[in-house]
Amino acid sequence: MYSYDEQDQTVVDERAAQYRDQTRRYFAGKLTEEQFLPLRLQNGLYIQRHAPMLRIAVPYGHLSAKQLRMIAHIARTYDKGYVHFTTRQNIQLNWPTVEDSPAILEDLASVQMHCIQTSGNCIRNTTSDPLAGVCKDEIEDPRPYCEIIRQWSTLHPEFAFLPRKFKIAVTGAPVDRAAVRVHDIGLRLVKNDRNDIGFEVIVGGGLGRTPIIGQVIRDFLPKRYLLSYLDAILRVYNLKGRRDNKFKARIKILLKEMGLDSFRDAVEAEWQQIRDDFPLEEETIQWYRSRFIQPDYDPDAPIEHWAEHRQQDPAFAAWYAHNTVEHKMPGYRVVFLSLKPPGVAPGDMTSDQLDSVAELSEHYSFGVTRTTHTQNLVFADVRQLDLYDLWLALSELNLATANVGKLTDMICCPGLDYCALANASSISVADDIYARFDNFDYLYDLGDIRVNLSGCMNGCGHHSVGHIGILGVDKKGEEWYQVTIGGSSGDDATLGDRLGPAVAKDKVADTIEAIIETYVDQRKEDESFLATVRRIGVQPFKERVYANH
Amino acid sequence: MRIIKDREIIEDAWVHLCDEALPADGKVTVPLNRWLVERDELLCRDGEIGVRLNCEALDELDGLSADLGKIQLVVLEIPKFTDGRVFSMARLLRDRYGFREEIRVLGDFLYDQMFYLERVGVNAFEYHGPESLEDALHAFITFSVNYQQAIDGPGLIQRRGREI
Repeated sequence: MYSYDEQDQTVVDERAAQYRDQTRRYFAGKLTEEQFLPLRLQNGLYIQRHAPMLRIAVPYGHLSAKQLRMIAHIARTYDKGYVHFTTRQNIQLNWPTVEDSPAILEDLASVQMHCIQTSGNCIRNTTSDPLAGVCKDEIEDPRPYCEIIRQWSTLHPEFAFLPRKFKIAVTGAPVDRAAVRVHDIGLRLVKNDRNDIGFEVIVGGGLGRTPIIGQVIRDFLPKRYLLSYLDAILRVYNLKGRRDNKFKARIKILLKEMGLDSFRDAVEAEWQQIRDDFPLEEETIQWYRSRFIQPDYDPDAPIEHWAEHRQQDPAFAAWYAHNTVEHKMPGYRVVFLSLKPPGVAPGDMTSDQLDSVAELSEHYSFGVTRTTHTQNLVFADVRQLDLYDLWLALSELNLATANVGKLTDMICCPGLDYCALANASSISVADDIYARFDNFDYLYDLGDIRVNLSGCMNGCGHHSVGHIGILGVDKKGEEWYQVTIGGSSGDDATLGDRLGPAVAKDKVADTIEAIIETYVDQRKEDESFLATVRRIGVQPFKERVYANH
Repeated sequence: MRIIKDREIIEDAWVHLCDEALPADGKVTVPLNRWLVERDELLCRDGEIGVRLNCEALDELDGLSADLGKIQLVVLEIPKFTDGRVFSMARLLRDRYGFREEIRVLGDFLYDQMFYLERVGVNAFEYHGPESLEDALHAFITFSVNYQQAIDGPGLIQRRGREI
């Protein structure tokens, strides 16, 4: 992963000092509540339902063992001993105090971490493919560009007070695992017909209350122009984006109101004026590549498929099949740590687990742990020879539930239990669904199904792009749930279609069961859930779900 | 009135006019719409002249650009400290329109934003507290590292891997 130099360290140290002073001035009455609001938000601090919430940036999802231990320490010292992993690869503390927040930022800075721009109307954490650098199909490792974008966006003087939040995702693989089409800007590393590598630029995607799939505004952007092009997009947005209505302030609305062509024209015109002002030279890119400490792979790592163990031990076999994937290096494999065991809020982890994972990462994966937008963790570089021992260790920690990508690997926001914005709970609904699908053989038979839950239309749980999406709404003080099917955040990014009227909280699990039964009845051979929905449409699902209503 | 200009506290002589009669001499600013109507008269008088823009004036920036060589001050009025358009407007005035004279902000801005404002080309601040002007000068040294290019030159990113 990227390692800070002295100047990077200076930035986070100075930021922590600035925030301490801002907090002091707030408590001294020199900053009003309203004035302090964007300042604390840009340091990740929300005021939530029960307590403040602090969101810690995990740039493109990479965490060192030292950083994990610090997170564990912070959660123990300033919170209740557990943390929540988010859909933007970040970490949230649910119970810190405003008074402690400067100390937390200082602790984070001591391990090259920060909360800079993790909320507020500014450029947020840059996210990426959790398999960056280790998947076989990659065109180029996106992480150096993620880091360049992280630095470019950090304290950008022109774009700190945008009309609304702004999220960027980058992927280097043809298969999209970074949901680039549902970000304000999505960047895909692509090759043009001259075999040069550059970026396809997608703009205007986003979830929330008006979910929209992003559109390509440039097929090929040479790397040299990455930052000037980003500046051009942001400048057009900063100047023209709506500021009169918070719900119409995202760039997706601007793009929609201007139309793709005139939006593109405005960006290109702006870019023509600045394109050569600050080129990203190849030697600069090379410098960033060189700051990433590459795993010291053993070229002679033995190939080990664990055939015998898998035959003898079905639990290990299931974990191997569902929670590990191929690695570009022979003798290595990628391991997913499921944060979706039964009875645990999806994406939550305790400090003890964090400490243990830190230790395991040092032992088995070059000391690096990655977070995914589906709220799981990844050990990207595990020797095949170590897989069985690692499985045993992860099982002890309740991190080896073999359900990655399956129905119970749900994306879920904190919901009404924590969040001030939520209209309905999500964790308890996830629990209900989980209980109906506790038979693993059945889960595996159903194949890959993405179930996403949000407790309000802001959509932190990405419900609109779930194969099955569940959205909590408030109806006269009661929690109801709208169900959509057929959404996807992958290459075929699509918004789900609404099934019908919202269902009561105690009927959500029944509804999901009816949807799944319909799929099982209608699927052809190995057809996936999503493919079946695409083929037969919503109607058959709708008929079954509402038959008894 | 004391203001901050070029990181120093100075006694300021500019007078902001709305539709009052023009004094015969001295430094005055007028809002853009008055400038557009009374341009020739304003230029004939003996004394420096400044134009005040609000954030809605973006489309008129082009109209003003030909006259920028004739005025000595552009004042950007900030209606609300969360309205970030002023940051792009200042940068455009410097980068795109080559305005080299004073750019001043007045209105609703925070001490905490002065660092950013300076980096996009604002060099004068009509700051009204709660910090003292002396304390407010610290805003400019909040950060000693700039990653990205702005009015103050290339950023750290571009210098990396290269001898600049």
